[in-house]
This record gives sequence, C-alpha cells and structure tokens, in this order.
Amino acid sequence: MEFLQHYLGHDLAFAIWHLIKAVLTIVPLTLSVAYLTLAERRILAFMHARIGANRVGPFGLFQPFADLFKFVFKEIIVPYKASRGVFYFSPIIILFCALSCWAVIPFNPELYFTDVNAGLLYVIAVSSLGVYGIILAGWAGNSKYSFLGGVRATAQMISYELAMGFALIAVIMVSGSLNFIDIVNSQAYGKFAGSIFSWNLIPLFPMFLVYLISGVAETNRAPFDVCEGESEIVAGFHVEYSGTPFALFMLAEYANMFLVSTLTAIMFLGGWLSPFPRNWGILGHESMAWLVIKVLILLFGFIWYRATFPRYRYDQIMRLGWKIFLPITLVWIFVIAVWMVSPFTIWK
Amino acid sequence: MDIVSVLFYVFAAILLFSGFRVITAKNPVHAALFLVLAFVTSACLWMMLNVEFLALTLILVYVGAVMVLFLFVVMMLDVDLESLRKGFWKNMPLALVLGVVVLLEMLLVIVKNPVVTSVANVDPESKISNANKLGWVLYTQYSYPVELASMILLLGLVVAVALTLRKTDKQAKYQNIAAQVAVDSKTRFTMVKMAAEVEEISSAENKQETAGDKQ
Repeated sequence: MEFLQHYLGHDLAFAIWHLIKAVLTIVPLTLSVAYLTLAERRILAFMHARIGANRVGPFGLFQPFADLFKFVFKEIIVPYKASRGVFYFSPIIILFCALSCWAVIPFNPELYFTDVNAGLLYVIAVSSLGVYGIILAGWAGNSKYSFLGGVRATAQMISYELAMGFALIAVIMVSGSLNFIDIVNSQAYGKFAGSIFSWNLIPLFPMFLVYLISGVAETNRAPFDVCEGESEIVAGFHVEYSGTPFALFMLAEYANMFLVSTLTAIMFLGGWLSPFPRNWGILGHESMAWLVIKVLILLFGFIWYRATFPRYRYDQIMRLGWKIFLPITLVWIFVIAVWMVSPFTIWK
Repeated sequence: MDIVSVLFYVFAAILLFSGFRVITAKNPVHAALFLVLAFVTSACLWMMLNVEFLALTLILVYVGAVMVLFLFVVMMLDVDLESLRKGFWKNMPLALVLGVVVLLEMLLVIVKNPVVTSVANVDPESKISNANKLGWVLYTQYSYPVELASMILLLGLVVAVALTLRKTDKQAKYQNIAAQVAVDSKTRFTMVKMAAEVEEISSAENKQETAGDKQ
C-alpha cells in the first residue's frame, strides 16, 4: 500500500488497494462456489447411488467451467411485457448482496478485508437486502409462476430473518461485541477456556439449531425450497431467466450457502479456534484450516439435507418460523441473560 | 475537494433524484423501488457521519423489512393507474398549499437552529462501537422513554393482531397440528379385501370395437 501511495497519492492509492483486496477476496470465493456446485452434484449422486458429473476433465473437475461457458453463450431471453430494467437489475442485486457480505468476514485474526465494529449488523443488514433480488425477479418477468415463487420466497425470508436475528442477539450478548474477530476471540475465554465447551455451540445449542435451520430457509435450499418447487411452480422466481442472469442466480445461491456456513462456523463453532487443547502442537493452534474444515462440514450438511428431507409445505414453513423458532429464541435469550448475571456464569 | 465531500455530493444528488422520482414515477412498484434507493443512500450519508449503528439499522428495519412488505402489497394490489390520475388538477391547489406549508416549516427549523456539524459527536478512531455508546445512553439516561416507546409498540402489535384475528368467523379454516401429528397408518390407510372381479376379455374387446366404430 505504501508503494502505491508513493506513486498515486493517498486517496487513489487507498481506492486501488481496496480494489485489489476485493478481487483477492472475490476470485477465490467464486472459484470455491464453482466447485461447490460440482461437489453438490457428486455428493448427491453418491447419496442416490449414481455416478454424477465425471466426464469433463479428471473426476469431472472442469465441469463448473463447462457449465459457465454454456451459460455465457446462451441467449438472454426477455419475456414479452417484462419490466426490462428491473428484469436485468434483480440478478445483479442478489449477487451484490451475496458477495458484499464477505467484506467484513475475517478468515483468521490477521486475514480480513475490513475489520469494522458493527460487522455482524452489517452482514444482517446487507443480507436482508438480498430478498429484493428475489421479489423483483419474480415480479419483473411478468409471469404468474415466477411471481408466485417470488412471493413465497419473500414471505419465507422475512419470517426466518427474525428467528435468525434473535439467535444472533444471544451470540452478541455472550460475546459483548458486534465485531467478528471479537466474537471468535470471546469463544476462547471463560470458564472452559481453550476447549470445545467454551465455544458458543454448547451453551447456545438451541440458538445454533435455530440459526442453522433458518440459514437453510434463508438460502431457499431444500427442504425449504418452496419458492422454486419444481412440481408446483416450475422453477419459481427465476423461471423466466436464461443464460448469464440465470448463472448469476445460481452463483448467488451457492455464495449464500457459503456465507451462512461461514457465519455459523464463526459465531457458534469458534471460527479459527482449534477443538484440541493448546499443548497438542500444531493441532492445538488456531489457524484458518480449522475454519475451512468447519465450513466444509456445514456445507456437506446443506447438501445432505437436500438429499434426505422432502420439501416442507408452505403453512408448515410459516408455522416453524413464527410459532416454534421465534418463541424458542425469545425464551432462550431470557435464559442466557439470567445465566450471565447468575453465579453459574461460564463467560467470566 | 477531498474524496469524502465528492462522495457526499454524489449520494446527496442520488437521494434528491430518487426522492423526486418516488412522487413522479408512473408505476407504483418503481416508486417503491425509488423509495428504497432513497433509504439506502441516506444510510450511506449517515455512514459518512460515522454513525454506523443507525445507518445499518435504517437499512435493516426500513429497507430490509418495512419496504419489502410495502413492495409486497403494491405488487399484489393490481393498481389501476388511470383512476389514480383522476382528480389530479382538482386537488392540485390544496396539495400545493400543503406542500408550501411543510416546506416553510422545515426551512424554519433549519434557519432557527445553527447547522449541526457533528450529529452524533463520535470519534471515528474510537474502538468502542457506536452500538455500545448508544446502548449506554438508551438504557441509563433514557430508560423510561425507551420503556414507554416499547410499550406503545407492543400495544400497536396487540391491536393489530386483535383486529385481524377473527375467531368468530365461521368460514375460517384452521390447521390442527396436533391432530395431524397424531395420525398413524391405521387412520390414514385402510386395507379393504375384495373378491377379485373377473370380466371376460373377449366381451371387453368387443365393446371397445363398437365404440371405435361409432366414432
């Protein structure tokens, strides 16, 4: 950065330095998203006792690029009487929201794009914008199927955002910060410091479950994928999209899966903290590898749910969000608050 | 001019433009979208004043929740654009008078009070977060107003539920989840033994042929 400042002056160097950092964050992310699609196809195939995509390159490793080229070279069809501006804009919104959340996510105490005080709040705020991409995509296509999909997705995302927010409030309470690095570090302190019991996973276990399930619902993945229920409304909100805009929707969906998994790992599973005691040598040290392992386990779960559970009915989804998750989180916030001020507190 | 003031003018211009488009856009959905843009740009302006908590809460509450519901309703209602335009010129004088009054009131407030240079009085280098400071003030100095405001909000919530929930409505149908969960295979599925019915194949074929002939 100092090198750039020397040649370009302060402001321009600042802008270019952050641009470089953004590229360095987004390119690996996009690549991992591409391979997540391949991993999903292979794992689903394994669970279905099929072989899956293994033709393009060794073990099908070039399959994501083959898919990408196919999407890029396809024609973008805009339906008759569609609202053109909104139609083109909505995939951009949804991808923007999925990628810009990564600006505040730390990968280890030193490796992050920015370290802001209100990082958690930023992630909640920006990811709540993602629903616009879906509702506008559903509306702009001027098709009843896509509109129904958009309406379903919106209702679902608004309902689960509440439970998700309340689950995060408990995390904020026990760590006393909205900053991700502080949240992870706070999980290394307390009565059970340095062991798996000081992570938020066990004391906040109901919140962890609520967050995990709400995360699946927020990303509109199976078994909560009523917004693209193939048997009822063809493909939901993106039924009118083809070519590159459709690829953007897919990219955003998988990037959101990555985001939710990373957030769960950071907030409940201790981020880059090691599950082993400190004196175990390299196994006991905190490192980014632990974060990656935790994220991969959670992502495998995402794919596993898709292969296992049948799709929820719409009223069941609403009931789960409003009548089960919301009361659980509200009660557990109260329990945690009492626990924190009681003599049995484990956070001091 | 440094980069911050350039950004300020850019955001302010977008804010003014989107605010103007909210009232001039023909399509109500587009008007709602411009309102969203106005909220987002004003959040960006707040962010430049280093009040990140308020800025993010504005996005979270107004853009992420209120405007989504608003957009939802606007999309579901099939608004007749022609009937909206009816009586535009008839109501114009009254609207103009009201608009001028509101404008004068706002100008009065701005002129009477000196320009506030730092609204939140925040130190950008401080490691204590905005949320932390705001929480201290809200729950110590202003705890009674906060309680009062939350009671009023709760009252609004209860009233809204009371207005929409009509248990007396005979036509309303409810899901009984306990009954749904309690079913077992015997209540859902009954095996009925029937004697096998054997029909002579040749006669069935004859019938089909005659039906085909008629067509």
